[in-house]
Amino acid sequence: MNCELFKTFFKIGLFTLGGGYAMIPLIEEEVVNRHKWVSKEELLDLIAIAQSCPGVFAINIAIFVGYKLRKLRGALATTIGTALPSFLIILAIAIFFAAFKENKVIAAMFRGIRPAVVALIAVPTFRMAQQAKIGWTNCWIPVVCALAIWLLGVSPIYIIIIAGIGGYLIPTPNPSRAGGESEKTESRTTRNDNETTNR
Amino acid sequence: MIFLDLFITFFKIGLFGFGGGYGMLSLIQHETVERAHWLSTAEFTDIVAISQMTPGPIGINSATYCGYTAIHNAGYGELMAMLGSATATVALVLPSLILMILISRLFMRYMNTRPVRSVFAGLRPAVVGLLAAATLLLCNAENFSTPMENPWQFGISCALFAATAFGTGYLKINPIRMICYSAFAGLLLLY
Repeated sequence: MNCELFKTFFKIGLFTLGGGYAMIPLIEEEVVNRHKWVSKEELLDLIAIAQSCPGVFAINIAIFVGYKLRKLRGALATTIGTALPSFLIILAIAIFFAAFKENKVIAAMFRGIRPAVVALIAVPTFRMAQQAKIGWTNCWIPVVCALAIWLLGVSPIYIIIIAGIGGYLIPTPNPSRAGGESEKTESRTTRNDNETTNR
Repeated sequence: MIFLDLFITFFKIGLFGFGGGYGMLSLIQHETVERAHWLSTAEFTDIVAISQMTPGPIGINSATYCGYTAIHNAGYGELMAMLGSATATVALVLPSLILMILISRLFMRYMNTRPVRSVFAGLRPAVVGLLAAATLLLCNAENFSTPMENPWQFGISCALFAATAFGTGYLKINPIRMICYSAFAGLLLLY
């Protein structure tokens, strides 16, 4: 069983390109449809929580599923399974790249890649701003946070702590769960909101 | 002791890394580049590029790679560098392991209550700020060159930045494909 958990999450870690959210369909296929370890409803709940919590999203999901089935051993099996492919591939690249860093062709390619990567981080900033419903009334929050980190060198950790306390002390009228990257989570959140109002 | 420092640093990143892989990048950058000076901005940018293009979560990929490079840059050999990447990866995952098990055992029913949701709602605008700061910090001479030092490279860099932003943001081109295009452009124009 632990072996099965490890193998499944190894596969999930190995075959997902482009980060955590791209993993959701594969996780659903393996964990819900194929092995029936958790129900679809339950997985959607876990996804919503894993998205709100700190840490790597795919790892968080893996721990939830592993712990549910086999307690600590299961959680360890799924965590190692998810992280191991990444770890091994990156290690191989790091060793290879360290030797070829001075290579003129590689250096030229990376001079082209670097500005592109900055753009790849800039674009999700705006997408996340939309999801976080940033408007005229609250756009000062990200602006102040960004300037504090960029110009004053404030640690993002303090920003996170202050923002969390701020959110607790000044509650928004109808706070939904964080994340909402996938449509499923979005609809789920709305459903939960309705439930809360019905009560 | 750099290994202990590496462990504590990535434990903190795992504990406070809200907002998925990109939100976490901002923390990794601040801790490894700005605070500890383990790697240069250019090295960090390369790591992000490689983390994007290889399978697996970006957070794990970049932690593994940062751990390796940090120890390597400190003058240790390959074996120690591998140990460094293991240290960073384990440290990054450990807070998740503790938190998710605590939530599974004790706090599952509190996760959808108003106070908890308020805290998460407060975090979201801040995570946008974190990402914006990461972008701003990466817009430097190491990644773009400067108009004074190398106007040609600076111009090409800005064009590639704009093309990638437009391509992935508006035309929805796959980021990995955009990285490959940029690598090709770099090879042709910046050799």
